[in-house]
Amino acid sequence: MSVRHALLALLTEGPKFGLRLQQEFEARTGEVWPLNVGQVYTTLQRLERDGLVESDGAVGDGPQKGYRITSAGQRELETWLQTPPEVHVPPRDELVIKVLVAIRVPGVDVRKVVQAHRRHLIEVMQRYTKIKAQAAEDDVGLALVVDGELFRLEGVVRWLDAADARIAQHAPIRWTTDTTAQPSEPKAEAADRR
Amino acid sequence: MTAMLELRSVSKVYGTGPTQVNALVDVDLSVERGEMVAVMGPSGSGKSTLLTIAGSLEEATTGEVLVDGLPLSDLSADDRARLRRRSIGYVFQDFNLLAGLTATENVALPLELDGIGSSAATVAGLEALRSLGLGDRADHFADDLSGGERQRVAIARAVVGNRRLLLADEPSGALDSVNGEAVMRLLREACRRGIALVIVTHDSQLAAWADRVVFLRDGQMVDHTVAPPGPEFLLSGPEH
Repeated sequence: MSVRHALLALLTEGPKFGLRLQQEFEARTGEVWPLNVGQVYTTLQRLERDGLVESDGAVGDGPQKGYRITSAGQRELETWLQTPPEVHVPPRDELVIKVLVAIRVPGVDVRKVVQAHRRHLIEVMQRYTKIKAQAAEDDVGLALVVDGELFRLEGVVRWLDAADARIAQHAPIRWTTDTTAQPSEPKAEAADRR
Repeated sequence: MTAMLELRSVSKVYGTGPTQVNALVDVDLSVERGEMVAVMGPSGSGKSTLLTIAGSLEEATTGEVLVDGLPLSDLSADDRARLRRRSIGYVFQDFNLLAGLTATENVALPLELDGIGSSAATVAGLEALRSLGLGDRADHFADDLSGGERQRVAIARAVVGNRRLLLADEPSGALDSVNGEAVMRLLREACRRGIALVIVTHDSQLAAWADRVVFLRDGQMVDHTVAPPGPEFLLSGPEH
């Protein structure tokens, strides 16, 4: 999340004081991204240094100092809005690594590892959904922020589901419980053994 | 307080000998009034079987199912049919509305089947539709409604009268995520009014609306979420 560009965007509505910028930022992101006022002033100082905003010249960084966006700031904001975020560099996903390791370590039930992460992710999704459920239905900003998190988490859960199915089909896995049918076998055979 | 739905060590076996399939194995589940429980699991994990047994559409091979404290095994076939009509509502993935009937007629149908007079059933049907924001669609035929509207009619039909237990199988069907969310808001509202709800889904975003999510695998309940402490923690995580 670019605090820099979020502040520039808020200033396109007209000059504002730092404290007001902080309050508006939090309100418009449904308070999912808290921002302390110190961060706001540091960011404003840098924006001013770069010529993207100008202050009204009040002394210090107190609440009495107002900021407005410059034409360079407007251009910077427009460029940023059109710049694609970095999605092409695969991150070294900790969860992927954990599941890869779990396949190799003797005595580890991979499906239990996968399920533990699935449960945790869904618990986090429940909490985000609660935020959305408790908000007014017309609070579009909050819904967008929460949806962004939910779709991301859903993607991870779907990866776990796929990993679960793929591992069950292909990998030579050591099962630690014999109450669970090995899914690579036809269900009828598994049931027959019980 | 008695749970609205209780499954005690429920197992379901289909077939015998080499073709035997254990669809459910020793499943325990309790759902309180006003509680929404989601059941998740891959295809073939027993989700739909659990729902049909909970709704007394099928019988468990062993174990006991209690609805509002009443063991289904103590009821005659007629009494079970009455319980299904009066106390249990079903929401299906493909809505299952009757195309030749209007929205109101679809919603009033279960009441009429239960012996309630046509005009009283229509009044109740209209009221249920209005509460779901569909008052102006009451006279439209099911085929003339959008997907989202059809699912709302299906929910109205499931809650009309004095239903206490709602069973939903992939209730947002093929709806897009925003319409799917609208369905979940309506179901949450039904819970707020005291209805117990079990929803079967493979969609984690839908399941996240539930108070509790239970996980099925190969017919066994292998895990469940613990009650979320509330959204506050999200605001203080180090990642923000």
